[in-house]
Amino acid sequence: MIVASQLTKRYASGFEALHGVSFEIRAGELVLITGHSGAGKTTLVKLIASIERPTSGSLVVNGQNLSALRRSAIPYVRRHFGLIFQDQKLLFDRSALDNVLLPLQIAGLPHREAVRRAQAALDKVGLLAREKAHPIALSGGEQQRLAIARAVVNRPTVLLADEPTANLDRESAQDIRDLFADFHRVGVTVVVATHDQAWVEHCGDNALRLDHGRVV
Amino acid sequence: MRRWLSQHRAAFGRALRRLFAAPLNTLLSLLAIGIALTLPAFGYVALDSLRDLGRDATAVQQVSVFMEVGASKAEVAEIEQRLRAQPGVRTTFVPRDEALRRLKENGDMAEIVASLPRNPLPDAFIVEPRDTSPETLEALRAEFADWPRVAHVQLDAAWIKRFDAFLRLGKLALLLLAGLFGAGLIAVTFNTIRLQVMAQAAEIEVARMIGATDAFIRRPFYYFGALQGALGGLLAAALVIGALRLLAGPVGELAALYGASFALHAPTLAEIGALAGVGAVLGWVGAQLSVSLSLRTFD
Repeated sequence: MIVASQLTKRYASGFEALHGVSFEIRAGELVLITGHSGAGKTTLVKLIASIERPTSGSLVVNGQNLSALRRSAIPYVRRHFGLIFQDQKLLFDRSALDNVLLPLQIAGLPHREAVRRAQAALDKVGLLAREKAHPIALSGGEQQRLAIARAVVNRPTVLLADEPTANLDRESAQDIRDLFADFHRVGVTVVVATHDQAWVEHCGDNALRLDHGRVV
Repeated sequence: MRRWLSQHRAAFGRALRRLFAAPLNTLLSLLAIGIALTLPAFGYVALDSLRDLGRDATAVQQVSVFMEVGASKAEVAEIEQRLRAQPGVRTTFVPRDEALRRLKENGDMAEIVASLPRNPLPDAFIVEPRDTSPETLEALRAEFADWPRVAHVQLDAAWIKRFDAFLRLGKLALLLLAGLFGAGLIAVTFNTIRLQVMAQAAEIEVARMIGATDAFIRRPFYYFGALQGALGGLLAAALVIGALRLLAGPVGELAALYGASFALHAPTLAEIGALAGVGAVLGWVGAQLSVSLSLRTFD
């Protein structure tokens, strides 16, 4: 499903965030990308999500070589992913429901169907009762769950997250881990960049460890 | 197709919501656009009305053909024959005796005319062409002047020429004015949209990350620009109609003083629609320029 071969990312400043990274993630797997700060976790997530382009090497997702992708094709590739960011990137001037509706509006779903699906996604993360609340009125854990609802509402094949449990208390972090486990159980491929030790210990072998931009 | 329509409907709805989200800003922008469109629109209406006045005035234009005083009856008859053979003209013969009689009937001139030893007036023809354009009248004048025993051809069309030149100059000035204010409208829309793009930077960034195409991001701004321009056009039409109502009385009184009936006519529904359409197109152009430049910062 996701195959990286000799993936290198060098920024304009000359900093090499990733060097010759190769790995394969099969469909339906739950993989944690681990490593210390600056190891290249976030860069790798951005490359998989086509937010950034590799300097060299190839990255194939669902049979598509992202390195050779035309600019106009990138938005359609991104729709296969459910993206969750450490800072959530929620829209604070919109209600929880409107935040979750955004990917469906982008996909062009009729409004009524979009609302039904957005409410189902909110229900899945336990936020249906708060659909009219704005993100500012939600706790950190709730905001992260809202970001997850927005990520899964389009039924993506891959759930891609960058430090989703950072800055959360132990209980909220466990809720988030459980949610990812739920999606993994129903066949969604889950790729999470994290330095959450509890999670890494629990997942054991399914971890891709990075150190200074290399797989170790 | 259904999805495409749904996206356009949603973009139009978002543009409408943005218009009403900041009513004061919207009102000020509409006023700026409305005033920018009012001046050329009012100029158009005024020129259109003046063109009608010119048409009415030229409809009674005449060419007077004066024979030499010593021209014989046969020579006068030959000219009359030539004039009657002219296509599209009506000719009236005014014999010199008849002209003198008319002059005598004029109270102010009667005494002077009576003191004259002989009739100094020539035979004359009044020619009324159907086509009264300045070019046709001038061509007729030149042709008649070359005929034998014709002393003078008088064409009282100098003012028509001046009027026509004035209208042409007015039209050119109007075009320049329209171009200038059109550019102003584009600039107003450009700035409004630029501020909107800046205000919605977070939304644009998130939308792009989760798969929004450029078209999806641009569409609401285009609709906004076009809507704002169209509403500005309608406001301009309302301002023009209001101004015409205010001016109708004084203009009528002024025209009556010159013995004419002249009225500035209000724009028709089609003209109001065209004004809104022009506003929409200019707004759309402004939005496109603005979005293209502003979105570069997100690349």
